[in-house]
Amino acid sequence: MRITCPLCGDRDRREFYYYGDAVYADRPAEGAAPEAWDAYLHLRDNPAGETRDLWYHEMGCSAWIEVTRNTVTHAVLATRLLAERGQTGEGGPSGEGEPKPRRKGKPE
Amino acid sequence: MRYSGFRVLAEGLGGNKGWRPAWRDPEPKAEYDIVIIGGGGHGLSTAYYLAKNHGLTNIAVLEKGYLGGGNVGRNTTIVRANYFLPGNQEFYSHSLKLWEGLEADLNYNVMHSQRGLINLFHSDGQRDAFARRGNAMINQGDDAELLDREGVRRHLPYLDFEQTRFPIYGGLLHRRGGTARHDAVAWGYARGADRRGVDLIQNCEVTGIDIEGGRVTGVQTTRGAIRAKKVGIVVAGRSGQVAAMAGMRLPVESHILQAFVTEGLKPVIDHVVSFGMGHFYISQSDKGGLVFGGDLDFYASYAARGNLPMVEHVMEAGMTLMPMIGKAKVLRSWGGIMDMTPDGSPIIDRTHVDGLYIDCGWNYGGFKAVPASGWCMAHLMATGEPHAVARRFRLDRFATGHLLDEEGTGSQHNLH
Repeated sequence: MRITCPLCGDRDRREFYYYGDAVYADRPAEGAAPEAWDAYLHLRDNPAGETRDLWYHEMGCSAWIEVTRNTVTHAVLATRLLAERGQTGEGGPSGEGEPKPRRKGKPE
Repeated sequence: MRYSGFRVLAEGLGGNKGWRPAWRDPEPKAEYDIVIIGGGGHGLSTAYYLAKNHGLTNIAVLEKGYLGGGNVGRNTTIVRANYFLPGNQEFYSHSLKLWEGLEADLNYNVMHSQRGLINLFHSDGQRDAFARRGNAMINQGDDAELLDREGVRRHLPYLDFEQTRFPIYGGLLHRRGGTARHDAVAWGYARGADRRGVDLIQNCEVTGIDIEGGRVTGVQTTRGAIRAKKVGIVVAGRSGQVAAMAGMRLPVESHILQAFVTEGLKPVIDHVVSFGMGHFYISQSDKGGLVFGGDLDFYASYAARGNLPMVEHVMEAGMTLMPMIGKAKVLRSWGGIMDMTPDGSPIIDRTHVDGLYIDCGWNYGGFKAVPASGWCMAHLMATGEPHAVARRFRLDRFATGHLLDEEGTGSQHNLH
């Protein structure tokens, strides 16, 4: 699988860290109801088909990228900077809301 | 037809003309008391224990493909009870006990082999963690032995003990751990359920769940509508789609886990060996193939096949741990669709719809859970109450904060 970084171009999947569904970019407001946090952290549409998720260009330009891709065929359909998603007013990150990558098996 | 050594002998002398299909291929009836969606290991064992433990036999198992064609037919067959957290411990302990009596119970050879499982550790901190885990296993009533480096060497002399990145400090030996023949587990449960009157209906995909007044009334399928008083969703990686038919959004994300098998070799690996730091585990099948796997491909996927970076990673980990396997030729690899939850533990629970139950979220540990999952799901569906050993596998535990995060990696589905 190859992913087109909006800044660096077409790159190998191994340069990217996968964070999860794009819902992670829609962090609930402080004081939001517990149900909102449950939905944000746990519940997923989990589609078999087109999905949007967050990738971090860890071994490249360090950009957070929203990737639209197909979970059945692994085809990458579109990519854009997560920052641009925010500017379009679609409930993007609030600035400090960018997720931080975590690694399995390593302490924070 | 009951299977026995005498039967094999008699059939051999009689030209093997007396064997009959192990289960019927019935047409679906218009109505059942209970419909189980999903003819994999967990669905079949649920139907079997509903019939055997609760005397309920007006049951259909609906499978969109063929029986056992999903994850129960594409895993690395490891059976163990080495969990740490209360909630998981008693469940997997119960499952292992069921495994130990499974062949006699099913009258079917599932080739359960308690060859011993060794989890390797590579630092003082990891040793402490494994000592603690071993003590928890012993307190639960299961077995564990902490081995030092020489202890591991006596069991696994072929490992590269001096590798510089992860030198082997020792291992936790779980003697009752081992493997089983994965397909045979599905077939054994299918035959056992069929013999008790359960209809196993293949090539029958559920396309809708009928709900009236907050109560389930049946399912729509590619072979017509089927009414049912109770419905169980037991569909592993496809849980998201089937639950959505009942208006549910689950704490599940589906991911790909790859596994590999080599050409048949003479016996060389006697145990199940788990190399957690390299994300690599291996055993040898009775046919001689080395069966091994690694970690998830890490991104949500339904492709049932993986990508090359994880293939490379798994091969590297294997060569790091046991360079002797380097000349073995890989015959094939495959991917299974894992229903990953945000805490790495499963769900066996009621839903917001009366009469609708769900068994899902097995991450990549579902195979060893097949007996107890069916046992507990059957108990839940028959009595309406959770079984004592599965009472913490609640659907609402993510909302309430009662997580069972065995690895302590937090709310990210792909990190468990």
